[in-house]
Amino acid sequence: MQDKVKVEARNIAMSYGKTQVLRDIDLVIEPGEFFALLGPSGSGKSTLLRLIAGFNQAQSGQLLIGGEDISRVPPWQRNVGMVFQNYALWPHMSVWENVAFGLQERRLPKSVIGQKVAATLALVNLEDYARRRPNQLSGGQQQRVALARTIAIEPKVLLLDEPLSNLDAKLRVHMREELRTLQRKLGITTIFVTHDQEEAMTTADRIAVMDQGVLQQIGTPLELFDNPANRFVANFVGTINLLPCRLRKASRDMVSLVSSSLGEIELPRLPHAPEAGDVEICFRPHAVTVCVADSVRDHEHVWLQGTVSGVEFLGEFVRYRIRVGSTEIIADQTHHAGTTPFTPESTVNLGIPRCEIRFISN
Amino acid sequence: MRRAGPAGGAPAAPAAGARVQIHSSLAPGAVALLIAALLIVFLIVPVGTVIYVAFADLDGGFTLAHFGSFFQLSLMRESFWNSLYVATLSVAFASVIALPLAYFTVRFRFRGALAIQTLGVLPLIMPPFVGAVAMQLIFGRSGSVNLLLGEWFDVNLPIMEGLNGVIFVEALHYFPFILMNLVVALNNIDGAMEESAQNLGASGFRLFRRIVFPLAMPGYVAGAALVFIKVFDDLGTPLVLNQTNMLAPQAYLRITAIGIEDPVGYVISVLMIGFSLFALWASALALKGRDYATLQRGGSGLARRKLTPLHAVLAYGWITLVLLLVLSPHIGILLLSFGKVWSFSVVPDGFTLEHYVSVAQDSPRMIWNTMLYSGLAALFDVLLGTAIAYLILRSRLPFRRSLDSMASAALAIPGVVLAIGYLRTFRGVGMPFTDELLTSSWVLIMVAYTVRRLPYALRSCVAALQQMHVSLEEAAENLGAGKRRTIQRVVVPLMAGGILAGFITSFMTAAVELSATIMLTTSQTNAPMSYGIYLYMQSAAGRGPGAALGALAVVIVAVGAYLSHRFLRSRATALDQQI
Repeated sequence: MQDKVKVEARNIAMSYGKTQVLRDIDLVIEPGEFFALLGPSGSGKSTLLRLIAGFNQAQSGQLLIGGEDISRVPPWQRNVGMVFQNYALWPHMSVWENVAFGLQERRLPKSVIGQKVAATLALVNLEDYARRRPNQLSGGQQQRVALARTIAIEPKVLLLDEPLSNLDAKLRVHMREELRTLQRKLGITTIFVTHDQEEAMTTADRIAVMDQGVLQQIGTPLELFDNPANRFVANFVGTINLLPCRLRKASRDMVSLVSSSLGEIELPRLPHAPEAGDVEICFRPHAVTVCVADSVRDHEHVWLQGTVSGVEFLGEFVRYRIRVGSTEIIADQTHHAGTTPFTPESTVNLGIPRCEIRFISN
Repeated sequence: MRRAGPAGGAPAAPAAGARVQIHSSLAPGAVALLIAALLIVFLIVPVGTVIYVAFADLDGGFTLAHFGSFFQLSLMRESFWNSLYVATLSVAFASVIALPLAYFTVRFRFRGALAIQTLGVLPLIMPPFVGAVAMQLIFGRSGSVNLLLGEWFDVNLPIMEGLNGVIFVEALHYFPFILMNLVVALNNIDGAMEESAQNLGASGFRLFRRIVFPLAMPGYVAGAALVFIKVFDDLGTPLVLNQTNMLAPQAYLRITAIGIEDPVGYVISVLMIGFSLFALWASALALKGRDYATLQRGGSGLARRKLTPLHAVLAYGWITLVLLLVLSPHIGILLLSFGKVWSFSVVPDGFTLEHYVSVAQDSPRMIWNTMLYSGLAALFDVLLGTAIAYLILRSRLPFRRSLDSMASAALAIPGVVLAIGYLRTFRGVGMPFTDELLTSSWVLIMVAYTVRRLPYALRSCVAALQQMHVSLEEAAENLGAGKRRTIQRVVVPLMAGGILAGFITSFMTAAVELSATIMLTTSQTNAPMSYGIYLYMQSAAGRGPGAALGALAVVIVAVGAYLSHRFLRSRATALDQQI
């Protein structure tokens, strides 16, 4: 097993003609980390991945792997393994030949290649399929061959381009776990591109959220979820309520919010939070408490009165859309057997925990 | 669930495989039967007649005596080996020419693309036997090149000596078959196939040898098999170069010299058919069971790079060299057509327009005939080709494979053999609505062109449809398009590239067809250009007018091909942009 390596991007910018596809990408991926690039299509995440693999050239900036600048190294000398979205298994070679390919290119002795291919195929549980052709395998098996082919060369970095997008839902969850286990076992620094936030949250140690070629936020799944840096991240990672407000400093520890829809609210001042100006407050639907209209109002919550406009039963929880003043707030309530959700048009009290409210400056 | 068609009514039974099922509508069956009937009348029966004669004794019983007498003739044995040798080496040289050209086209962004496209069609628009005349004047023992070489370095290259000349002319003439097929196949490779190999450490020539070329193998093998068979049954070139100890010239000579009843001519025909069939079978075997649907339309193909200086020198150098070689017969013909006397000199002694004047008086009819026969034949070919390709790949008709085999079998039938078959089979049959005999009508020439060129059109249609994923059609059906609408709006537009290639190949190769033409042309009025050129070329005095007519043929066929190419190409690119 090789030493784990660090991947660094410094000020990378890239454009196709006049279209800027990557801007000022600054990123450090720690050795052995399972790192996700998350973003909608067209956000530049695949471009960045292909840049690391060497299939794209940045106009400016540096790309370092294990401290070495590899910006000018051709793809075939990078030793950065990539699993392609459509697997790109060669139809004219058997599974064995596909997996052996990279080893043969490295001019390893035949006996070593034989051992390594066998070991890698065993690692992905495909020992019995070595003689098959790729088109004789199921989607999940093809995925594993693609993975085996890549890890057989013991790359310094493993790149996965939407590796699960061609699998059905059940298999996807299963493969996700398998990938995670395998990555832990091998300890390879892994970069994983996905547009599925659940996939990113469940597998990655850290996530970089991208939009329009710009890194929006980098952090652990918890950090992204609990403290989104901007409107885009807040919206893209999980579901969230966003309300525009004007912020005023009320005292040393308190701020006062004025919102056209909610009226005036006093909140404890958080460190790093802005003191005044136009901001948006946000909070997660599952943090909201929904009570009957005449319930007791405590001081840990901001209480608002509203009317239920939509009810969705999702099994684990019930999702309400509640009209408050001129806006609508989403609230998720855990479902317990035997209870009946509020019906549309009922008047309810909404409790938003003060400590769960976050500010996003514009 | 697949949609039940408007005509059929009954829902299709769930198919076991992934194939789209054409359900119980009668249309596909009717189309298939019509095509089968045409093929049986104009291919199977005439060829069957030839085979029957080769094996029949005087009373119509079975005999091998004709074969026995064939193999006792040492000339025949020699002819057999010579044909094999020439065909094999021609394929090898054609590959050497075509491979780098195809690679440059798909690999690099550069301005040589037009030159390569020109290279791809230029040789095809001139009959190889016309080229052979010019090649002898340029590369022959006392041709321009050797005269200059002798003067400067005192060497003489035996390029046109004996079988060398045939191989040289054939390879230069037929390499476009490999080039065109290879370019299409290379362009259809998914870029990720190559990138994943680079990612695993492969680059340069190894990458090409291990990944790119094997993936393009279907295209290469198809092209190589075509070249092999074409060379094997080419009659004009060996005749013009006076290399008659090969199979095709022997068949022709036996039948013209001894008569249409001579059994040895039929034996040679049967051997040639057998040999060609064997080549086809071997190439089909090499590709069996491989799934090459590698790129869905809209996916990205192989990455194109900027030329490095080294590559630029190699690419432009090779293109220039090949272009010069390919142009040499054209230049030679041009010089010959304007030349007064051209013998033992680098260029003709003087120039004149008189050959063109005599051609303008004699041959407008021939030019029109060529356009008419070849245009109609190519049109029928792509119609039949698209229909058969669709039936083979997308229907579950029980005899769809035999349609394919029948249509492709035409490839293994030399023109002389087919023509002899027609003459015997349709002896005395009249044309409907006229009092003309079918065997003396231009319709039979056109039919011969259609049948002979159908395999090319069919192969490009099949290749185009094969590389198109079934789900594209299923999506259209899912959105409410019936079979006919799906074919019209999705299948044919996406196949446009393949259909276009098929049309152009059929048209141009039909325009320069000679071997069936020689046998089936019965009068000056229905003679096409290729026949006229051949007649002129028979005498030394006729070379000038023959070359003039050849030059006109090149220009006219080139313009026709260019226009149809432009028209269909602009439609195809418009479609690409919409996708």
